[in-house]
Amino acid sequence: MERNPMRRQLQTMRKSLFDQGHLDEQFVQLEELQDDANPNFVEEVVTLYYRDSARIILNIEQALERKPFDFNKLDAYMHQFKGSSSSIGAKKVKAESTVFREYCRSRNGEGCMRSFQQLKKEYATLRRKLEAYFQVARQAGPMETACRPK
Amino acid sequence: MSSASSSAAWKSADSVPDQFPAGLRVLVVDDDPTCLIILEKMLRTCSYEVTKCNRAETALAILRENKNGFDIVISDVHMPDMDGFKLLEHIGLEMDLPVIMMSADDGKHVVMKGVTHGACDYLIKPVRMEALKNIWQHVIRKRKNGWKDLEQSGSVEEGDRQQKQSEDAEYSSSANEGNWKSSKKRKDDEDETEDRDDTSTLKKPRVVWSVELHQQFVAAVNQLGIDKAVPKKILELMNVPGLTRENVASHLQKYRLYLRRLSGVSPHANNSFMNPQEETFGPLSSVSGLDLQALAAGGQLPAQCLATLQAAALGRSTAKSSIPMPLVDQRNIFSFENPKLRFGEGQQQLMNTNKPINLLHGIPTTMEPKQLTTSQSIGNINMQVASHGVQSSQNNSALINMQVASHGVQSSQNNSALINMQVASHSVQSNQNNSALMQMGQPQFARAPRLPLSVGQPIISNGIAASYNPVPQSSSMLNFPMNHASELPGNGFPLGSTPGMSGCTSKGTFQEDFNSEIKGSVGFMSSYDIFNNLNQHKPQNWELQNVGMTFDDSRHSNSLQGNLDLSQSVLVQQGFSSGRMSGQNRSAAVVSKAMFSAGDSTEPGNLLNVSQHLNSLPVDNTIRVKTESVADVNSDNLFIDHFGQEDLMSALLKQQQGIAPAENEFDFDGYSLDNIQV
Repeated sequence: MERNPMRRQLQTMRKSLFDQGHLDEQFVQLEELQDDANPNFVEEVVTLYYRDSARIILNIEQALERKPFDFNKLDAYMHQFKGSSSSIGAKKVKAESTVFREYCRSRNGEGCMRSFQQLKKEYATLRRKLEAYFQVARQAGPMETACRPK
Repeated sequence: MSSASSSAAWKSADSVPDQFPAGLRVLVVDDDPTCLIILEKMLRTCSYEVTKCNRAETALAILRENKNGFDIVISDVHMPDMDGFKLLEHIGLEMDLPVIMMSADDGKHVVMKGVTHGACDYLIKPVRMEALKNIWQHVIRKRKNGWKDLEQSGSVEEGDRQQKQSEDAEYSSSANEGNWKSSKKRKDDEDETEDRDDTSTLKKPRVVWSVELHQQFVAAVNQLGIDKAVPKKILELMNVPGLTRENVASHLQKYRLYLRRLSGVSPHANNSFMNPQEETFGPLSSVSGLDLQALAAGGQLPAQCLATLQAAALGRSTAKSSIPMPLVDQRNIFSFENPKLRFGEGQQQLMNTNKPINLLHGIPTTMEPKQLTTSQSIGNINMQVASHGVQSSQNNSALINMQVASHGVQSSQNNSALINMQVASHSVQSNQNNSALMQMGQPQFARAPRLPLSVGQPIISNGIAASYNPVPQSSSMLNFPMNHASELPGNGFPLGSTPGMSGCTSKGTFQEDFNSEIKGSVGFMSSYDIFNNLNQHKPQNWELQNVGMTFDDSRHSNSLQGNLDLSQSVLVQQGFSSGRMSGQNRSAAVVSKAMFSAGDSTEPGNLLNVSQHLNSLPVDNTIRVKTESVADVNSDNLFIDHFGQEDLMSALLKQQQGIAPAENEFDFDGYSLDNIQV
C-alpha cells in the first residue's frame, strides 16, 4: 500500500515533467528499455548523461570566454550536446541547443551567450526534477510501465 | 543438383539462422556514451548481439580482428578521431559489411553524403527502437545483392561455379555464361544460395583481403583491364590457393563500387580521374607502368624522379610499368571512361612520355599516394608504386597504376584516389579509403597499409589515404596529414581524393594527419609527389581532401592526365597548402612535412593540394604536393600552375580531352601545364 501512494506520486511527477515540456517521447523509449534485468536503467542513463554533458558544458563555457568566438567550434560542441540531450528526451534543453546553434550560424555572439545561459538553466532545472523523480522511483520500487501516461 | 535442393537452400538461406534476425551481430560506434548505452540496450532488446565502442579506430581494429564476427555496423557521423564517413569507406572496402550511419544532423547534405559513401541507411538521432528493429533487412539485402553482383560481375564466374557444381563442366566462361544464364534464372537464387549455403548462407566466411592479396587482385585486374576483369580470370591470375571465384567476385564488385564512387557517381563522367577525386586516377593508371617509362623518357619527369619512381614502382610492384599501361587504359580507373584522361588514347602516350608524373620528381617514392590523380600520375605514380613496394601503396592507382601492384599495402585499398595514396595508410589499416582519387581504375585499393597510418587510414580518406606509401617513404611524404581522416573532405575514399595528387593525402586529411601519422607515410608523400606532378591538374582534386574527394574537380585533373604536366604540378604538395589551388603547389602548407614541393613552383596545379586539405582547407586542397624532391620537376612542367586547384582539373581535363590522343605532348614532357589552359 505504501507503494501505491508513492507510485501515484511518481506518476504525477512524471506526468508533470511531460506536461511542462521537460521531457519528450524519447524518455518513454528509455523507460521501455527498463526491465527486470535493468531496473534502474533510466536513472543510470540520465546520470551518465549529466556526467558526460557536464564536460561539454564546460567546453562551451571556456570557448565563450575566448574572444572572438569560434562559432564553428561552439556549434560543434552544441551539436554534440544536442545529440546527447535528445537521446534522453530532454526536450527544453534540446530546443535551447537548437537556438544556440542558430546563433552560432548567424555569428551572433550576444545571442549565443544569452541562449547558453538559458540553456544552463533548463539543464539544471531538469536535473533537479529528475533527481527528485528518481528518488521517489527508487522508493516506490520498480516502476511498471503500465501506468505510463500517454 | 541444386535445383531441387536449391529452393530449399534458398529458403534456408532466407531464414538462416532460424531465429534470425535474433543473434544478429551488431557493432555500434559512437563517441557519445549516453547514446551508446541507449543503443546498446535497444539492440539487446531486439535480441541482437551487440558490441559497442566509442572510437572509430577501435571499431576498425575490432572488425579487422574479427572479420566475420559482425553482420552490421552502426556508426555515428561525427566522431573525434575519425569521420564517420571515412570509417564507412573503410568498412565497405575491407569488410564489405552493411553500415548504418546516424546523426543528430538531419540535413539533406549529410544524409546525401551517407548515401554516396555507401551507407545502407541513415538514422536521425535520437534513435528509436522501431528504427533498430528492422536493421537486419540491410544484412539480407546486402547479401542478396552481393550475390547478385557476383552474378553479374562474376556472372560468368558464378555461372561457372554453378555450372561446375551442377555440371562439373569445364565450360569456358562463355559457355558457362550461356548455361549460366539459363540456369541462372532458375538456379540463380537457388544455386547461389546453395553455394552460399555452403559458405554460410548468411554468414559467408569472409576472405581477409590483406594488402598483399589486394595488390595481387589489383594487379590482376589491371592486367586484364577493368572492363575485362572477370572474377574467373582474376582468380586465375592471382593464383591464390583457397581463394574462390566468389570471393574475387564480391571483392571485385566492391572494388568497382569503390571506383565508381570515387569517380563521383558517374564513372564515366569523371573519367579521367575517376570522379574527380578519386577517379582521376583512372586513366592514369595505365600510365603508370608505362608512363613511368614514358615519362622518364619524356624527360619531363625529372628523369631522376622517374627513375626513382619507376624503380620504386617497378621494384615494388614488379614492373608495374608493364602493367600500368595496359591496365591503365582499361582500367583506368576502372575504365574510367575518363574522357578526360584519355589515357588510353592519347593519354597513354602522354603519360608515358609525359612526365610521368611529376611525381617522380621529387616524389619520394613513397609517393604511394596515388593521389596523383591518376591521370598523370599514373605515369608518375606508377613509380610510386614500385616504390611503395610497400605497403600497398596500392593507391597508386592514380597516376601510376603502378600502384597496382603496389598494393603492398595492407589495405591501402584506397588508392583509388589519384594516388592511391595508399599512403601509409596502407600499411596500416588498409586504407581502404583510397577510393578517392586513387581509384584509378586500378583496383588499386590502395592498400598501402604500410603507412603507419593507422591513423585510420582515413587519412586518405580522401582516397589519398590509399596511396600511401606505406611508410616506407620517409614520412616526409606522408607528412600528409594523412590523418586526414578527419579532414578529408568527406571523401569517402580517402585516397581517392587526390587525383593524381600524390599528395592527395586523402584529400586533405592526409595532410594533416599525415604528419603525425604518416610517419611512415612519408612514403606517402612520395606518392603524392607523384601525384602532384601528375595531378597538378587539380588541386582540386585534392580538395577531395576537403571534401573527401571532391574529385569532381579533381577529375578534371585527372583528365589532365594528358596534362601530365599537371602532374608535375601536382607536386604533391604535401603541405598542400590548402587552398593553394592556384597552380602553386606551394601551398605546401600541407602539413606534410614532406612537402614535396615539387620544387618547381610550377606546381600550378598541384593537384595534390592534398595538403590543402590538411590544412583543413575545405576544398582547396589542391594537393600541391610540392615535391621538393621533385626538383627535377621543372617548374615549367608543373602545369600545376595553371591549374589552380580547380583549374587543374579543368585544365587537365581540357588537356586531356583536347590532347588526348595526340597530345602526348601535352607537355608532359616538360610538364608544362601550359597546355592545360586553366
